[in-house]
Amino acid sequence: MPRITEDSIDTVARLARLSLSPDERTRFARELEAIVAWADSLQALDTEDVPPLRLEAGSDALREDTPRQGLPREQALDQAPDHAEGLFRVPRILP
Amino acid sequence: MTSGLAALSAAAIRARVAQREVSAEEVVRAHLDRIAALDPQLDAFLALGPERALERARRLDSALSSGEPAPALAGVPIAVKDILHVSGFTTTCGSRLLADYRPHFEAEAVTRLEAAGAIVLGKTNMDEFAMGSSTEHSAFKTTRNPWQRDRVPGGSSGGSAAAVAARMVPLALGTDTGGSIRQPAALCGISGLKPTWGRASRSGIVAFASSLDQVGPLARSALDLAVAAAVLCGHDPRDATSSPRPVPDFALTLARGAEGVRLGVPRRFVAEGVESETLARFDEALRSLQAAGATIVDVELPHLGHAIAAYYLVATAEASSNLARFDGVRYGARTEDARDLSRLYGETRGQGFGPEVKRRILLGTFALSSGYYDAYYLRAQKVRTLIRRDFEQAFATCDAIATPTTPAPAFRLGEKTDDPLQMYLADIFTVPANLAGLPALSLPCGLASGLPVGLQLVGRPFDEETLLRAGAGFQKATSHHELAPPV
Repeated sequence: MPRITEDSIDTVARLARLSLSPDERTRFARELEAIVAWADSLQALDTEDVPPLRLEAGSDALREDTPRQGLPREQALDQAPDHAEGLFRVPRILP
Repeated sequence: MTSGLAALSAAAIRARVAQREVSAEEVVRAHLDRIAALDPQLDAFLALGPERALERARRLDSALSSGEPAPALAGVPIAVKDILHVSGFTTTCGSRLLADYRPHFEAEAVTRLEAAGAIVLGKTNMDEFAMGSSTEHSAFKTTRNPWQRDRVPGGSSGGSAAAVAARMVPLALGTDTGGSIRQPAALCGISGLKPTWGRASRSGIVAFASSLDQVGPLARSALDLAVAAAVLCGHDPRDATSSPRPVPDFALTLARGAEGVRLGVPRRFVAEGVESETLARFDEALRSLQAAGATIVDVELPHLGHAIAAYYLVATAEASSNLARFDGVRYGARTEDARDLSRLYGETRGQGFGPEVKRRILLGTFALSSGYYDAYYLRAQKVRTLIRRDFEQAFATCDAIATPTTPAPAFRLGEKTDDPLQMYLADIFTVPANLAGLPALSLPCGLASGLPVGLQLVGRPFDEETLLRAGAGFQKATSHHELAPPV
């Protein structure tokens, strides 16, 4: 049974905040279904008692909790496509 | 044709600059001239900074004139993959979405190399957000393989590899999430090192898949890689995943060469799907290493056949999370006419990202979504443990694992862009080291149908030293790394 169809890809795209054209919807549904079907080879492995991998973390030691200057507000805003009164500006939130 | 300063290795340039036989400014000018002559045919660079480079070169020259000691990379021109922040440059990640993005701070890897006397000449082309094996997924240009211009340079660090191979720079930085340093190094006939996960700071590098990403050098010899790696590696308080383990002066350990190094060969795994000439070059490389004092043992890595599937689930899941930040609000391009915030996100991302990035975000979002998380993402993370255990068992009888870097030499531009799965399958030899967090080195080992192929060595965690010294031994016994492309 396919997991990724043209219907279910809409759900995934919505979760990913990605708008797709009708062509992309058809193409990605087909390609992703093929990739996922192929990745199903993993289901044959017995992973019952296998923990997920944890790599050696860099430094376990905690650092001193000393206050530092953060990114100044004008720098935080200077790459924003739109800002006003020291804040990011976005279109209306409610549809 | 290569001549003069642009033909020199990083170590040779540093020696001449340190001896004041040549100035850093002359070195930088010679390389900028070569870039001006060659890059119009190759398109390795996305941006050049000649004024910045010449100013730094003159500053280094005057410091050396006043008697200051020459640092490890004094006067060495470098190229930097456009995913690392460099002061004075944009960081585009090969994406339209970041076409004008100017970072507020610099990558630690770049700061370290420049503090050691290296001089950034420019930023190199890459697959968008480092997702790809051919550099064809750049939003800006198509980089060509200097050996045959209708072939891909590999990817995602294809611009860096092409620049080093074509003698436009002796040294470049790349990043490697599933082979993005080693594979383009192999396809362009140069050497590339992916250090152990956690060995070098990733501060100031745009994240793709955080449990797999690593930064590393591309160069034309194991010696140059060793010099650069000693500068790059080590703890950085700005990257909590960077290890506090001490870093050896790798270049000093190379003299021992391959003598006594036990190389494990997963024969059954290698035999599957490797093109015959590539396999022949690999077998010849093993014989050269044996002649240089290495011993060859058979090893089994039974779970490697599952590496690609595990890799593409983990890498895309992490990418879908890391790339959520590109929302058209805080930085990057924005779609202007969206009616509400939700559409602004969707349309900005839908128009800003290219097809490969969208494909991977969708796959990763699927692998993490409710109902599929256990079967895909979690299972893939468990398979990583199985692969890591395979390597641990193999390292009981050997010091490094040898395989070809890729199953075949560079493919033609456009040959695989319509079949993403075929493109992914060619990563079979490189992704296991990322999944297991291990260091890995690719060395040129000759030509197959006139195109370079690579030998890969994968080592124990934090044992870059053995890889580099075996690599130096191999390059002392052979001359594959001295072959230059016909440009």
